[in-house]
Amino acid sequence: MKKAQLVAGLVLVALVVITAIVAVFWTPFDPIRVVPSQRLLGPGWPHVLGTDGFGIDIASRLMIGARTVLVVGIISVGLASIVGVPLGMLAGQLGGWVDEVVMRSADIVYAFPAILLATLLAAVYGSSTLTAMIAIGVATIPAFARVARAGAKQVMASDFVLAARASGTSRWGVAGRHVLPNIAPLIGVQASVGFAMAILAEAALSYLGLATPRPNPTWGNMLRDSQQFLVTAPLQALWPGLAIALAVLGFNLLGDGLRDYLDPRLREVS
Amino acid sequence: MTLLDVRDLSVSFGRSRTPAVRGISFDLAAGERLGVIGESGSGKTVTALAVMGLLPENATVTGSISLNATEIVGLDEVGMARLRGDVISMVFQEPMTALDPTMRVGRQVAEVLRLHQGAEPGAARERVVSMLGEVGLTDPQRVADAFPHQLSGGQRQRVIMAMALINSPDLVICDEPTTALDVTVQARVLEKLDEVLTASAAACLFISHDLAVVSQVCHNVLVMLDGEIVEQGTVADLFNRPQHPYTRGLVATARLDQIEPGERLPTVEDFHARRP
Repeated sequence: MKKAQLVAGLVLVALVVITAIVAVFWTPFDPIRVVPSQRLLGPGWPHVLGTDGFGIDIASRLMIGARTVLVVGIISVGLASIVGVPLGMLAGQLGGWVDEVVMRSADIVYAFPAILLATLLAAVYGSSTLTAMIAIGVATIPAFARVARAGAKQVMASDFVLAARASGTSRWGVAGRHVLPNIAPLIGVQASVGFAMAILAEAALSYLGLATPRPNPTWGNMLRDSQQFLVTAPLQALWPGLAIALAVLGFNLLGDGLRDYLDPRLREVS
Repeated sequence: MTLLDVRDLSVSFGRSRTPAVRGISFDLAAGERLGVIGESGSGKTVTALAVMGLLPENATVTGSISLNATEIVGLDEVGMARLRGDVISMVFQEPMTALDPTMRVGRQVAEVLRLHQGAEPGAARERVVSMLGEVGLTDPQRVADAFPHQLSGGQRQRVIMAMALINSPDLVICDEPTTALDVTVQARVLEKLDEVLTASAAACLFISHDLAVVSQVCHNVLVMLDGEIVEQGTVADLFNRPQHPYTRGLVATARLDQIEPGERLPTVEDFHARRP
């Protein structure tokens, strides 16, 4: 059962990744060019999923959307973990006032709505994929810091850290050689769940027009475009909605599966 | 020559008024083996951690600990890290948790070598395998490539011994190194420890609550009770002429083989009533 979860997650994530990679080189139709004569076609051939209100092939737009999703996920999760993990480790290892300062700052960032941050960035620099990535990344830093801190605290209390210090390992040596490898599974799980959150956030931001500007397709702005045809052509909303749901589900399942797979107690048994 | 000289050592934690260790003094000559006996909470491990400079940050240490004429109390972390694993090392009680589960054991042993000697990876491997053989591990090549969870408790404790001994330290602190092992494995590990300590001529501070175990390894013993040293002497003296009532109780309970069948077994409380 647990393994099925991991496999299902991997399959869905692989689907997104492969689609995104293929989209770099090839899409069935031009994802941007407006063809007024082909507006709002239903699923069929050659437009497998039909066309949208501008007559553009939906499948092609979805593929390009997968590319955006992947880039946003990687950059924002990367930013959050590169900043959050070392901060969390520092807080967990040093404790005292360092811990207080880092974690209270994390609380403040956590309390600050990501949408507001995205709006601010978009207002100052113009809305783009980059501002969305930064907003999502910054908003996710506290989650990574907390996970890293909790893990580091636990590892620091273990006998093997005491043994390592008794062998003359320095503070930094303990961090790099013992704390990081032992919390890596936790970080991996957090990254996977964070990826799912990033997909949702990006969809929400581009739905609001705070991320990738048109005409570049994203799942979020496809949803927005479909809104006006909700009664006449409901399938328009179904496809990007389904894409978002499946991608988020995939990364969540992968995260849960990884958690079980990487649990040291379970590893011990196998 | 005095290797370790502890004077008036007191340790207390946080705001607690009762110190865990109060004003103890003892010394240890190069190559000497000193047993420290006492029950849980008597301050044995705190003493050991104070010598290693590994007490938690809320600990207050007063008095003096000098190792090879270097004062350890108040020494900074960098200076202390240089001594640890090189001049003093420690064998821990819990073999199941004292090794990093994510690291192959060979690398963990090699790490100690690298930290203090800057050994080349290839040369380190050779030295590690030979050290693992010296502590009595059969098939040291395989053990070096194993993760901790693939080894038994006895094997892990030998790996920990190898880590503690690979840099030929002047002083090895053993904190109940065999308590977590079953009796047959315990006897073999003790024999091996005795052997490698003799071979390396290292001094040893051997902490245990078991007088019988200490008598196998040590020449001298000190008995700790409630953070104080209540008695000190050679193993033979302590066994034959225990002075303090608590020690008399310990000796009596260590000689259960001399009790006639049907007689009640003695307890430490028969000799030394605890303060309420």
